Amino acid sequence: MKKRILAAALAAVMLSVSATGCSQNSNTASGNAAAGASGAASAASGDTIKIGGLAPLTGSVSVYGIATNNGIKLAVDEANKSGGVLGQQIEYISYDEKGDATEAVNAYNKLVQNDQVIALVGDVTSTPTLAVAQAAAKDGLPMITATATAAGVTATGENIFRACVIDPFQGELMASYSAKKLGAKTAAILYNMADDYSLGVAEAYKQAAASVGIHIVAEEKYQTNDVDFKSQLTSIKSKNPDVVFIPVYYQDVALIAVQAKQLGITSKLMGVDGWDGVLDKIDKSNVSALDGTYYCSQYTAESTDQKVQDFIKNYKAAYNAEPNMFAVLGYDAMNMMIESIKTAGSTDSDAIIKAMAGLKFKGLTGDITFDSDRNPVKTCAIITIKDGAYKFVEYYNK
Amino acid sequence: MDFLSQIINGLGIGSIYALVALGYSMVYGIVQLINFAHGDIIMVGAYVTYVVLVVAGAPLWVAILASILFCTFAGVLIERVAYRRLLNMNAPRISLLITAIGVSIFLENLSQLLFTSSGKSMPNLFPNQLLGLGEVQISSISLINISTSVILMVLLQILVNKTKIGKAMRATSEDADAAKLMGINTNTTIAFTFGIGSALAAVGAVLYCSAYPMITPYMGGMLGLKAFVAAVLGGIGSIPGAMLGGYLIGIAESLTKAAGGSQITDAVVFGILIIILLFKPAGLLGKNVQEKV
Repeated sequence: MKKRILAAALAAVMLSVSATGCSQNSNTASGNAAAGASGAASAASGDTIKIGGLAPLTGSVSVYGIATNNGIKLAVDEANKSGGVLGQQIEYISYDEKGDATEAVNAYNKLVQNDQVIALVGDVTSTPTLAVAQAAAKDGLPMITATATAAGVTATGENIFRACVIDPFQGELMASYSAKKLGAKTAAILYNMADDYSLGVAEAYKQAAASVGIHIVAEEKYQTNDVDFKSQLTSIKSKNPDVVFIPVYYQDVALIAVQAKQLGITSKLMGVDGWDGVLDKIDKSNVSALDGTYYCSQYTAESTDQKVQDFIKNYKAAYNAEPNMFAVLGYDAMNMMIESIKTAGSTDSDAIIKAMAGLKFKGLTGDITFDSDRNPVKTCAIITIKDGAYKFVEYYNK
Repeated sequence: MDFLSQIINGLGIGSIYALVALGYSMVYGIVQLINFAHGDIIMVGAYVTYVVLVVAGAPLWVAILASILFCTFAGVLIERVAYRRLLNMNAPRISLLITAIGVSIFLENLSQLLFTSSGKSMPNLFPNQLLGLGEVQISSISLINISTSVILMVLLQILVNKTKIGKAMRATSEDADAAKLMGINTNTTIAFTFGIGSALAAVGAVLYCSAYPMITPYMGGMLGLKAFVAAVLGGIGSIPGAMLGGYLIGIAESLTKAAGGSQITDAVVFGILIIILLFKPAGLLGKNVQEKV
């Protein structure tokens, strides 16, 4: 009898272990088969420059799509108010692709064939963007995605750009910052080995550390859903590094920082844009654990830049919502496209692509140029936490 | 000295496993039921502490007391609603086990409904200081965890071995029918055992919150499983065994992580379970009781 119970219990143990393994949510598109994209297009008139847009405005990732699309529309409105581009008004035609790759390609074909757009600002999430990029690469249509971070997107063709930084970039940037600004000689890394984002940034930091003269003294890992980091932190503490780089999401950061404090770690803790929001996940009585930590972000509302403050004001007036990073990147992406068309002086695809490749742009997310892979090289906002509040430090460029 | 620090880290988390394991062990000892809902009692305790301390703004001792009382009540209620009929009808043990898993899922979903699945942050509960002990520095939080668990185990041993209700518990565990004939109210005794086990889980919850100040509806799942492994390792049914098992599992985890094997920590824990079941099914301190035919 006893044996049977234990056998059954063991089975239950195995079962729930495997259940926790697949409880992670993904942000990718749901298979929505409904066809027909609803357009936000106004009636086409003769002398306008048509720029297409794709974004998930409904569905599970619509929260990103709506914000990005709003940012783009704000940029178009502002450009049109100040006289448009090449003496013509811009007409922004965007379709809802519901976060689905097939829908996105259908909508793309509609933009190119029916609406005859000269350029594309989109898509938003990585999976549909990759699909659209394949099609756009064949057509040679100038395309910039505001927010798709998958490395393969811009590798698809010479005509495909993006406005957001890719994950490894942040690791390189923070390695440079810790060496040059914080004077670090030694560093430890603590990351979630079961998360692509965390792993990718950690790898980039490790590689970049060698070139800026930082010695990595400890490399500790953990798994998704872990809450006890004391063993890893004890190992890190015994090496006493100048900085501890922790490229993970905010909920884990809250736990790690508190345990680091319990163990008396005095090294500077550093992170990347996954830290955004960490103050909401830590109680006031523990907030001192985050004092003097640094992380980077592509956007901060704390920025002292007048352009950013104006944008926040206009965005709130237009949409009655706080702009987030997606809205800001959408705004920057559209402005980069407009700027490239102006520089090219024509609506010819090749001219626009050439202009964009050589673009030197001053956007809300910093000074931007493109590298040879058409990924942006830009300054990131460095943010520190002091007395339970985010504090903007400076824009930094490696 | 790193090694000693890691042992203390292990004892810190091990104390929490041990307190939860005590509940598994006592319940199994008395009704041969593996109460899989027990891990989720920790989660209930943590959320009660959160509500009383953060939402209502009461002082810490009120929150701890409320958490212990609520969990005791919840433990007794679960026994009354979910298990008692099955126990009295002499239902197959597998039905009880499945019911326990059902209760566990119910509790998790209920708290998700009430508090959403996003984690809640807990305030700092106990003073956090580093105490130097030669070259080894010990966090006061770990020290509080370890001493609380030891004190509670001693109290529990006294309760079981020296008091009248303890005698009733031992009698029910040995032979429920004979105990009934001797005038022992076995239903009350079983309910009492569930209550004590849940109260210990509530204390475990408070210790958990002070060490890891983030609570989620699913926090009890893995914690409960590991505590169950601890109970089996030490010898399910044995109080000192549950404690020993908890500490050993905690240390095994801590040393595995320290050796750079974070990815196999859980594998090590469940590997220990498999090895124990193979070579010493009764556990380290468990007695091999002959089944009556």
